[in-house]
Amino acid sequence: MAVVKLQRPKLAPGEQIYLTALLKGFFLTMTHAVKSLLGKSMGAKELASSGLGVTMQYPEQTWDSHLPEYYRGAPALVTDEQGRERCVSCQLCEFICPPKAIRIVPGEIPSDDPWAKVEKRPAEFDIDMIRCIYCGMCEEVCPEQAIFLRKDYVITGLSRKEMVHHKDKLYQIGGIRTGLVNKWNELK
Amino acid sequence: MLDLLIILIKIIALTFCVVLPLVPVSVFFERRFCAIIQDRVGPNRVGIPLTLFGFKKDCSILGIGGLVQPVADGIKLFLKEDFTPKHVRKAFYWLAPALTVAPALITACVIPFGSDISLFGYTEKLVIANIDIGPLFIFSVASLTVYGIAIAGWASNSKFPFLGGIRSTAQMISYEIALGLSIIPVLLYFGELNLSTIVQQQAEHGWLLLPLWGHDATHTLVSKLLFWFPAVVSFLIFTISIFAETNRMPFDLPECETELVGGYHTEYSSMKFAMFFMGEYAAMVIGSALIVTIFLGGWSLGFGTDVWISQLRIGDFGYGGFIHLAIFLAKVVAFILFFILVRWTIPRFRYDQLMKLGWVIFFEAALINVFLAALIVAAPDLTAAITAIGAVLLIIVTATIIWVARVSEVKPPILRA
Repeated sequence: MAVVKLQRPKLAPGEQIYLTALLKGFFLTMTHAVKSLLGKSMGAKELASSGLGVTMQYPEQTWDSHLPEYYRGAPALVTDEQGRERCVSCQLCEFICPPKAIRIVPGEIPSDDPWAKVEKRPAEFDIDMIRCIYCGMCEEVCPEQAIFLRKDYVITGLSRKEMVHHKDKLYQIGGIRTGLVNKWNELK
Repeated sequence: MLDLLIILIKIIALTFCVVLPLVPVSVFFERRFCAIIQDRVGPNRVGIPLTLFGFKKDCSILGIGGLVQPVADGIKLFLKEDFTPKHVRKAFYWLAPALTVAPALITACVIPFGSDISLFGYTEKLVIANIDIGPLFIFSVASLTVYGIAIAGWASNSKFPFLGGIRSTAQMISYEIALGLSIIPVLLYFGELNLSTIVQQQAEHGWLLLPLWGHDATHTLVSKLLFWFPAVVSFLIFTISIFAETNRMPFDLPECETELVGGYHTEYSSMKFAMFFMGEYAAMVIGSALIVTIFLGGWSLGFGTDVWISQLRIGDFGYGGFIHLAIFLAKVVAFILFFILVRWTIPRFRYDQLMKLGWVIFFEAALINVFLAALIVAAPDLTAAITAIGAVLLIIVTATIIWVARVSEVKPPILRA
């Protein structure tokens, strides 16, 4: 049936004069107000509210402990157990990055380095956090598991320059990550 | 010379130190209260900056942490670019914001803010202009606000503001009739148009909606309770008409965002927009002050305590008026909170519903209420037979009006499949 026949709902006499509906409305909103003042709004507990409504008040309270496992925050580079930079500057992440936030300058590892056989590591690795959209493509594409999206979300700066994360900053956020990629580890 | 000085002091003190600060305060209350209703927090950071004066922490107790937020908003609006579009009619475009703010503030001059204050033997009423046409003056000046809005809509030379202006004009004209008629029973009862005297009478013989004290031969409890019913009807119609007059929810069709972008102030920015905003809230403050004055006893605390408060004095200085001022402000703020509660509870009316409510329901109800009140006020002086005839006639007229309203109502056509 293409046309649906609609009938306006029949109103009870009390509803027709509108006043009962008004009073119901006032009762509803005032219940919300009182509950919110007492910190007993629906969902206040699950959302760890500050005691007023369901809101968590940011600088005093943070939602770090509520972050899900799959949360995607700032991308960062990691080193392995032996302190080796995992990134081999293959530039796959640079090419896949949708907003073109990543810029890599590959550098060679000198032959006297203990990790000389890895051959390459990034000389410069910049992620422009103004451009980054936290999509996680870089993490997805990395063959060396060198770049991860961490749970850091407070990324601030007073200028565009400050918002560019350089290599040392990226390693500082990323820290050490163990496991999985063992192909450069002779002991294993 | 001294009289002029006193008037000037009163204008500055009452308009600029009492009514105008109430505007940002009501904005703050609006934001906080609506946030609490919606399980949010609202502005709570821009507190009173005590740290500027050497205190350790900013004042944020009792939930007034965001009290200075409207000031911050004001500064923001002040610093914004004041953009005048090319296509507007300049002179009127510039005139309109002032025309919305000024009437609202002018009406403040007949509101009695408190009882008398005496100092150095002088006794002064806490009202700027103690004139004998109080409510009429307020109606005549407040209806000028519609010019501001209509001119804003027209001068913007763009379709949405124009529609907003037209809507506002139609709405205000419609509800002014109900507003004016609904107050007639009250004036019949008090036999007085001077707001100061009306409040004085309420302080002595009970508020219009709470007539529980001060009974005497001319103000018997029975007569007051009999008048209570028309008073409540008046109060309802008057309050709802004030909502419509001040363009507040549920009657804020002139600035209905879903249909008209921003309404009549779509083309305005910066301080000009802020003037509209201020005018709206000032109208709300004055509206609630008027309702409190007429129906809820104005500055009186009630239950016969007012005489005692009026006599309070330190030496030569009778400060009772200031206590009454505080009581009045508390009542006004309470009523503003009611305004806000209504705004965040009741959804907006459709335009035909608005017009029907104004013309078909309130106009008639107010008219019948006038006759009912007249009958009740006059009953003691009439013989029983005449009173009965009057009552019967009133019932017949009421029934007729209800019947006519029912019959003339357009039934929505039944949709066919």
